[in-house]
Amino acid sequence: MTATAKSALMFASMAVLIIATGQLYGWNLALTIVNMGLTSAIMALGVNLQWGYAGLFNIGIMGFVALGGLAGGLVSLPPAPGGWAAGGWGIVLGLTLGALTIVAAVLAHGRLPKGRLRTVAVVVILIGGFFLYRAVLDPATVAVEAVTPASTGYLGGLGLPILLAWPVGGLLAAAAAWLIGKTALGLRADYLAIATLGIAEIVIAVLKAEDWLSRGVKNVIGIDRPVPYEVDLQADPGFIERAAALGLDPVLASTLYVKLAYGVLFALVLAMLLWLAQRALYSPWGRMMRAIRDNEVAAEAMGKDVTRRHLQIFVLGSALCGIAGAMMTTLDGQLTPGQYQPLRYTFLIWVMVIVGGSGNNLGSVLGAMLIWWLWVMVEPMGLAIVALLTAGLPPESWLAEHLSDAAAHFRLLTMGVILLLVLRFSPRGLLPER
Amino acid sequence: MDVLNAIVVLLNFVFVPALTYGAQLALGALGVTLIYAILRFSNFAHGDTMAFGTTMAILFTWGLQALGITLGPLPTALLALPLAIAATALLLLATDRAVYRFYRVQKAKPIILVMVSVGVMFVMNGIVRFIIGVDDIEFGDGARFLIDARTFRELTGLDEGLAIRTTTIITLVTAFVAMAALFWFLNRTRTGKSMRAFSDNEDLALLSGINPERVVAITWILVAALATTAGVLYGLDKSFKAFTYFQLLLPIFAAAIVGGLGSPQGAIAGGFVIAFSEVTVTYAWKKVITYVVPESLAPDSLMQLLTTEYKFAVSFAILIIVLLFRPTGIFKGQTA
Repeated sequence: MTATAKSALMFASMAVLIIATGQLYGWNLALTIVNMGLTSAIMALGVNLQWGYAGLFNIGIMGFVALGGLAGGLVSLPPAPGGWAAGGWGIVLGLTLGALTIVAAVLAHGRLPKGRLRTVAVVVILIGGFFLYRAVLDPATVAVEAVTPASTGYLGGLGLPILLAWPVGGLLAAAAAWLIGKTALGLRADYLAIATLGIAEIVIAVLKAEDWLSRGVKNVIGIDRPVPYEVDLQADPGFIERAAALGLDPVLASTLYVKLAYGVLFALVLAMLLWLAQRALYSPWGRMMRAIRDNEVAAEAMGKDVTRRHLQIFVLGSALCGIAGAMMTTLDGQLTPGQYQPLRYTFLIWVMVIVGGSGNNLGSVLGAMLIWWLWVMVEPMGLAIVALLTAGLPPESWLAEHLSDAAAHFRLLTMGVILLLVLRFSPRGLLPER
Repeated sequence: MDVLNAIVVLLNFVFVPALTYGAQLALGALGVTLIYAILRFSNFAHGDTMAFGTTMAILFTWGLQALGITLGPLPTALLALPLAIAATALLLLATDRAVYRFYRVQKAKPIILVMVSVGVMFVMNGIVRFIIGVDDIEFGDGARFLIDARTFRELTGLDEGLAIRTTTIITLVTAFVAMAALFWFLNRTRTGKSMRAFSDNEDLALLSGINPERVVAITWILVAALATTAGVLYGLDKSFKAFTYFQLLLPIFAAAIVGGLGSPQGAIAGGFVIAFSEVTVTYAWKKVITYVVPESLAPDSLMQLLTTEYKFAVSFAILIIVLLFRPTGIFKGQTA
């Protein structure tokens, strides 16, 4: 069987799986799975770019996704009334001072001759700059957060269309990735992993702690959406008529319509990115990347600038994760920093890439759909298994209760077992790299 | 008097908590560093190994309590610790047999092993949640304080109190005993020496007739002991929650790398470096400063460098600085 035929067969099976889910559990669930699967597929493409093409082990995906999500809020939300007047410019000044401090320290480190003077100068710049930064920033943030804290208490966004947030999310993540790549790339593979893991935690900490930026754990709700609201559809006589023509209840029809609309938007973005990724993979640039991945020393001897190429692909891959993060925030309609969990937003994406086949873009998409489907469906399946196992026991017995509570945790176990099995018996994944 | 009060505040809120946390981190980092020295990969499942060990300890503690066995003023969990270590060791040995050995025989690249450890992390996390759930669990019993703040104030006549919790003393004593035993084992026994030889030069060790499977098995048992002890001490001191243990991975790795991966002394030093920096940077210094400076200069703000949400940022910043300027850590660890 040729590789193309195999891919087609795999994707057809995936479609059958989704259709079966729709028939058995309702189309709302099936479409929810598809939508989240599509955004996850974009993240998986980003990770595949970094790992599959270049062999970079990034486990800070969650941080880039969260940055994309932040962009979703910042671009689309209206500016909070009184926020900017209260201290917006103080915050901007404070952040600028902070950035200047770091630039000055880096410059001092680069320009001054090595020795005690340089160490002292760098330390003095950093400590002095930190206190200056806090002195300017603190009063401004307090002032901003004091403006109607129950409803806003933050600066708000730019009030632009939400679709614009998707590329902006990518840009924000790319900028962060450039900074991180500049410092952490060139470290050993497992050090890069720890470094990215840390960055992701810090991004989440910032989102949770800086109320003036993201309202922290108070969440931002009511983010604009690119598709119509269900209630508006249900009030539209034309829509009700068309739903009736299809034999559908207007409420169900409206939810399905909204989900389908998101699905089409997401699929368009994914198709575009997939096309670009495929073109890149089979271009001279893609061949160079794989050459670097397979033998860095040889590639360097051929005159390839390994560090620069690594930085480039690290930024590109992270940008994809940022775009997906902004899309996810759009789908949720809210910014909830508390939702970002590394197991779900970093390690699960890794399972998708490995299972799909690292180095193969189509594999990443397939892996994302399949693993996301499993992630959602393992819980009901686990409950069914538990019900079967404990059928003989009275439902109020200790064991039966414990097991049905614990069925929710089947997910992590299943994901771990799948990852281990694939790594052991089929390390090239479902759709191996060609 | 004011200076004394300042010192007591400092001891109570900075020094003692940091020392306790540092000892717990050091034990965790020792496990990471041992795996790195012998098996040559960074084990991402370490936080969840600690969680599994603690889960076992909690179950045994409940069992002992149900039988009416307690340790009086000391927490029953100490009695459950050896049983929990044995259970964790069995799990780790089984994991090694079922998962890691295949890649060792193949001589797979370290990064593949790291990825495999991510899979193990998922499974262990799932097992822990499956057994004990995701809630906060307090499993300490016995006396809470050796000296509580009020007794201290009455004894010394100072305005500030210094509370010494039982768990603090237990942590320090247990950690010290565990570390002393580990170093005695590594430096004085034949098996320990063969482990160090294996870590220094694998081929040479094999040529001298050292059985690699035995070395690996003993490493896992030591790791089980260290991880379970670290987890139980942390849980007694604070509380047990599966997700918190997963998050401990970052400070533990920071400690191991800052000290120099592969170096046991480094892991201990790194643990304390990370703990003391985390606590001092996120502590609100207002009270201490108010005692030391004249009244007119007393600060209005909390004098907190970073809010506690950023404690990960502290371990991370130290990690990056060390990686950039001294990639082998404070004590020279292994580089390859």
